[in-house]
Amino acid sequence: MRLELHKIHITGLAFADKTYTSGGTLFINKDKAEAVIAEDKRFAKVELDLACPGESTRIIPVKDVIEPRVKIGRNSYFPGFFAPMEKAGSGETLVLDGAAVVTCGPIVAFQEGFIDMSGPGAPYTPFSQTFNVVLYVEPAENLEKHLYEAALREAGLKLAVYLAKCSAENEWKADEVQVFEKGNSFEETQKYPDLPKIVYVCMNITQGLLHDTYLYANDLKPALPTLLHPNEVLDGAMVSGNCVSACDKNTTWHHLHNPIVQALYARHGKEINFMGMIPTQESTVMDGKLRAAAMNLSIAQQLGADGAIISEEGYGNPDTDLCLNARFFENAGIKAVLVSDESAGTDGASQSLADATPELDAFISTGNVNEMIEVPAMDKVIGCKEAISLLSGGAEESLRSDGSMFVELQSVIASTAEIGFNKLGCEWI
Amino acid sequence: MTREIERVAGIPVVQIATIVPIMLTVGTNRIVPGVAIPHPTGNPALGPEGDKAVRRELLLRSFKALTTPVTEQTIFEK
Amino acid sequence: MTYRIVHYINQFYAGIGGEEMADHKPELREGYVGPGMQIEKLFNGEGKVVGTVICGDGYYGEHTDQARIECLELIKGLQPDILFAGPAFNAGRYGFACGDIAATVGEELNIPTVSAMYPENPGVELYSKKTYIAITTDSARGMAKAIPSMVSIGEKLLKREKMGPARLEGYIHRGIRKSFFHEKSGAERAVEMLLAKLKGEGFRTEYEMPVFNKIPPAAPVSDLSKATIALVSSGGIVPKGNPDHIRVSSAESFGAYDISELKNMTPENYESIHGGYDREWANVDPDVVLPLDVMRELEAEGVIGKIHPIFYTTTGTGTAVANAERFGKEIGEELKKAGVDAAILTST
Repeated sequence: MRLELHKIHITGLAFADKTYTSGGTLFINKDKAEAVIAEDKRFAKVELDLACPGESTRIIPVKDVIEPRVKIGRNSYFPGFFAPMEKAGSGETLVLDGAAVVTCGPIVAFQEGFIDMSGPGAPYTPFSQTFNVVLYVEPAENLEKHLYEAALREAGLKLAVYLAKCSAENEWKADEVQVFEKGNSFEETQKYPDLPKIVYVCMNITQGLLHDTYLYANDLKPALPTLLHPNEVLDGAMVSGNCVSACDKNTTWHHLHNPIVQALYARHGKEINFMGMIPTQESTVMDGKLRAAAMNLSIAQQLGADGAIISEEGYGNPDTDLCLNARFFENAGIKAVLVSDESAGTDGASQSLADATPELDAFISTGNVNEMIEVPAMDKVIGCKEAISLLSGGAEESLRSDGSMFVELQSVIASTAEIGFNKLGCEWI
Repeated sequence: MTREIERVAGIPVVQIATIVPIMLTVGTNRIVPGVAIPHPTGNPALGPEGDKAVRRELLLRSFKALTTPVTEQTIFEK
Repeated sequence: MTYRIVHYINQFYAGIGGEEMADHKPELREGYVGPGMQIEKLFNGEGKVVGTVICGDGYYGEHTDQARIECLELIKGLQPDILFAGPAFNAGRYGFACGDIAATVGEELNIPTVSAMYPENPGVELYSKKTYIAITTDSARGMAKAIPSMVSIGEKLLKREKMGPARLEGYIHRGIRKSFFHEKSGAERAVEMLLAKLKGEGFRTEYEMPVFNKIPPAAPVSDLSKATIALVSSGGIVPKGNPDHIRVSSAESFGAYDISELKNMTPENYESIHGGYDREWANVDPDVVLPLDVMRELEAEGVIGKIHPIFYTTTGTGTAVANAERFGKEIGEELKKAGVDAAILTST
């Protein structure tokens, strides 16, 4: 399968009469774009705003972040959502690289987070570095929570596709083309018989409202582990419907960029034979956890895997899934490295995982979710600043009257995301 | 928390929760596996009567755990 | 300004004698003695060893309370900015004394304290969290590296400079996790670790699995029909409106509520505020997390004696283990005082 990402490097945002890209700036016709989203009557209010790196801006509460993309010549993306049901991962995709749609609106549940575009909070999220088109909505009165979540999730995807589509309809030129090309496991093993076979198990939170993940628009919660070609992952097969705690959120943007997939892909054919990604569940019942771990292993064994990287999403009960995966793989002779964050308490003195197993001897840490940070007031707040009192990692006392906040890393979007995008980790002191 | 209550009060404590491995790891001595994470002591999918029946069975099993002498961590399955 | 440094050493390093002089009582000498000279030298004019406190290892070990008080007084009188103790290498009694006096001085005088030991020295297990213990070899042959290591750590503490991980600063970690930015992303580090593991090369896990405490199980209830049973939950079930503002995550407190008049949990009186699970079912009927309704039935039927009138609740997501243990202790004490016979704890 061959996938080409045709990237336009976005380095600026502005409202204008027309939606198009030019000279690195994404121009947006605000009224038209808002109208596209406002077609959905589940919203009482729809408003777009812009937030660029370095600005004194806070976006709160954030639900998801999506990269504007579209299949070239077909004006669609995210199969099952805003593209027909079909396999992702081949052909040409237009990417507004460096831009992001950020969805925002009154709280659905406790797990949403914030993004600071500058200041001490900025380094903790990748989205202080992206040019953000913020989609702020208010739900229609009495809109049930699950429906509100779905509406906003879809609206974010819709806007992202719309922006890319508009760019495609006008003159554009790729600044960079990134190619991902790989055959199936049999073909590749014939080419590289001596390279170690590696699978990547991508654990996803699949536990209910604001804790769900979608594969080809299918809720993963009742599903079973399966095998994906890495191109599918890098081309919109996975969509996030969750906010486990904001710090742990693998946003839709993260799935599109899956750094572990990219890191393994870069070494494919050189040091390893990358067999593919196993997206798997984190069930709320014990049998579900055991079943997923057993099936993850079974797929890996059928592929003849020598090694695996396993990344978690969330903390607490999914730590048990993490440990089960570690134990099953290691006992089967497949060497595993696990990627997870730590909930070591605000003082850092607590035990980092809710569960443990001696077979988990290769751990990559993505930081302590409870660590406290001090963030100053921002000149501009997009959304609702009082929301911090309801977010995990915040409390009523977190927000001071001057707008500054003393909060846990938990409340910063993707600060400890276990898909491994950031450079944050924990050490002993 | 369960272990500390038991240790300090010197009374048997039975924990009803879904993630059995965690309870084993943190030292809970009397364990009754719960139904599911969001509803450990009930099963609303079975309707009000079915839900209550599940709850009763879990509690009776918990009482069995509280009145059974154990020498090590023990899971009380159905 | 020059930092006022005090150095604590034993009778051997003071040149007084070996084992036969281990009962040497605490003594103060002006300026540096023995290895203290190197400490002052490394401060390069920024610090001066204003005094050295010497105590026999045997005396400190056998008359610890006394020795501690006496040494503390001597040290206090010098008005130090920092205390260095040792290096003790693998000498057990010396390590114990260094750790003890460093911890004491740190707490009483609120100044940085630095010692130095071999990781297996018994002083490490007792005091690593209460002072900074630089890592040394197991014998005095490591002196040439031990002193600079102690001084480097000490200077950073004095100047309140940002410190890196313990393993890079050269001290035995104090059991605290701290976030740092690495050079490479988690994904890159994961792939590199896997490649090393596959090749059979050494690698360093970023977190070692802990080992938990277990306790012997409590005796069972002898007569259930006469027993008082308490209900406890970590599922975040609280009176409607969360009057005590228990946190939705990373709970710092637990609540105690009177349920003596309640027959069951309903959305009118109770709700779930736990941020870690889908609260849809709990908010329709909290009994699916805190099973009060059926407990009342069983109480009326005489299966149990009675339900304890107070129910205890907190949120179990992101709860620091230390807090969970503290809640357990406090709740345990209350249950003990109230003469409760058993407890049922539900978690989500």
